[in-house]
Amino acid sequence: MTNRVLMKGNEVIAEAAIRAGCRYYFGYPITPQTEIMHYMAKRMVEVGGCFVQAESEVAAINMVYGAAAAGARVLTSSSSPGISLKQEGMSYIAGAELPAVVVNIVRAGPGLGGILPAQGDYFQATKGGGHGDYRNIVIAPASIQELYEMTVAAFNLADQYRMLVMILGDGALGQMMEPVLFRDVEPNVSTEKLWATRGRKGKPEHNIVTSIYIDPDMLEMKNRELVAKYAVVQKEETRFETLNLDGAEIVFTAFGTASRICRNVIRQAAEMGIKVGMIRPITLWPFPSEEISRIADLSHVKAFLDIELNAGQMVEDVRLAVNGKKPVHFYGRMGGNLPTQKEILDQLLAIHEGEVR
Amino acid sequence: MAIVFEKTKGLTDKPFHFCPGCTHGIIHRIIAEVMCEMGILEDTIGVSSVGCTYNNYEYFACDMVQAAHGRAPAVATGIKRVHPENMVFTYQGDGDLASIGAAEILHAAARGEKISVFFVNNAVYGMTSGQMAPTTLLGQVTTTSPFGRDSAVQGFPINVSELLSVLPGAVYIERVSLNNYKNIQAAKRAIAKSFRVQQQGLGFSMVEFLSTCPTNWGKEPVESLRWVESDMMPQYPLGVYKGKDLKV
Ligand SMILES: Cc1ncc(C[n+]2csc(CCOP(=O)(O)OP(=O)(O)O)c2C)c(N)n1
Ligand code: SF4
Repeated sequence: MTNRVLMKGNEVIAEAAIRAGCRYYFGYPITPQTEIMHYMAKRMVEVGGCFVQAESEVAAINMVYGAAAAGARVLTSSSSPGISLKQEGMSYIAGAELPAVVVNIVRAGPGLGGILPAQGDYFQATKGGGHGDYRNIVIAPASIQELYEMTVAAFNLADQYRMLVMILGDGALGQMMEPVLFRDVEPNVSTEKLWATRGRKGKPEHNIVTSIYIDPDMLEMKNRELVAKYAVVQKEETRFETLNLDGAEIVFTAFGTASRICRNVIRQAAEMGIKVGMIRPITLWPFPSEEISRIADLSHVKAFLDIELNAGQMVEDVRLAVNGKKPVHFYGRMGGNLPTQKEILDQLLAIHEGEVR
Repeated sequence: MAIVFEKTKGLTDKPFHFCPGCTHGIIHRIIAEVMCEMGILEDTIGVSSVGCTYNNYEYFACDMVQAAHGRAPAVATGIKRVHPENMVFTYQGDGDLASIGAAEILHAAARGEKISVFFVNNAVYGMTSGQMAPTTLLGQVTTTSPFGRDSAVQGFPINVSELLSVLPGAVYIERVSLNNYKNIQAAKRAIAKSFRVQQQGLGFSMVEFLSTCPTNWGKEPVESLRWVESDMMPQYPLGVYKGKDLKV
């Protein structure tokens, strides 16, 4: 067993990818994720892998497409404006059903925005972003240890479902240092990838990787196959953490960095005699709608308070899941600012005053 | 009876969908023939791009990957980095390569990616019905330059072979044509040389084909072949732009 080491979030992501067997990295520099690139530039040489600094995010994601089509485990990383550019390639990856892992260390937007932590890419990450009917698995870790474990998991999920898996972090998570234990990686589920293009080498048929189906019936059949695959992912791979739900009167919904602040507020509130719980989606897609709906049915739960580093994005999915059964409140900060515990506590107290008492 | 001619095994049995007189078909055939003659069909991975040949993954009998518009050199980079021992080629039109994919081709060449690029210059966007391409000649009428390409309005044609030949990463670049038998044979030799450059790991190589688009040029097939010589060649002279003395 390895000992715990103190490492930056971004470097942990890179090391996790290496340990998951990823030997190809293609990327373009952007703050606040550059440590992933810097780490990979060195580490790939050490492990006999391949690091390419691409001419743009567009090129990087298409290199990922090529490497994935060739049967490799492959990673690219970027931050919000760069992810916007990658959306074209991500749609093609979904269409061609290629396994790939994309890291988005989100910064504040829109436009060039700012380089500080934000969660304004929730829509872009979970609702497509690129063109057409498709889904990506989106994982939002909240600690450095979880970054490690989820990055390893991402490669397995990508291979298992032939899907793109996005790790959605933010500048705070990427830059922060915490002790991490590089637990021995589970034997990976990497399949044989008989569909990959490695040269025909005597196969009776040539392999083709494509996302184009000119015939509408063929395309619709493909669409239906994708829908069916996504349904399996929703059923099997939805991950979340619940905290303090026993007797909770108010329930936080929050992911990533925002959930860390909420965790502290729960303690503070308890000291004041207010019972507050939390559901933290770990996968943003598939979204834990069923669990949120179940919590909304609990009679002691009077209201939800959704906390995000944006103008209110995940809260739309929370409201759909709660489906009017309980009020859903929202509080967010933007521009790269984090809400203080006091700000959140004040929101909590106002809700408690109005809806619990 | 002795077999005197056989369709190359480098092509599948799928019939081409190209218009009559379009030289895309010839280019496919000679690439396929070269792969067979060099014995590399089983080791080659081709990259289809976006244009009239978007589905040539159905024609080439080797493993094939279809790429987004202009991104074939980046996709090929990904494939080649994973399988350096395989032959990797892209097949791209002039809209694909010289317009939307200008960055990808430039940087693939600059990095000296060990891939073969087959670049088809037909001076228009074929698939989307004859719009102006970066390679459209001055004065040429297209659906988006209906009064003829005017340098004051639409700028000048791009000579891709000349442009890329100044990059050290590009080791072999030749412009060929398909307007007669002799030129087709020369084009075939250029394809083979490009693959040999790749086999020997020397760097990036590209063959530019002057090709016809009778449909969008509004010309008969034979007239189109003549137009390649009379109008295209003065702007795009044939010849080796890089690697003349290369012994491969
Ligand atoms: C991102 C994107 N933009 C535009 C198109 C539409 N489109 C399809 S083919 C094509 C032009 C291709 O022309 P060229 O590369 O010259 O090839 P040709 O058809 O002449 O062989 C365009 C613009 C597309 N498929 N994708
Ligand atoms: S439109 Fe032009 S380039 Fe396309 S197949 Fe027809 S002749 Fe060839």
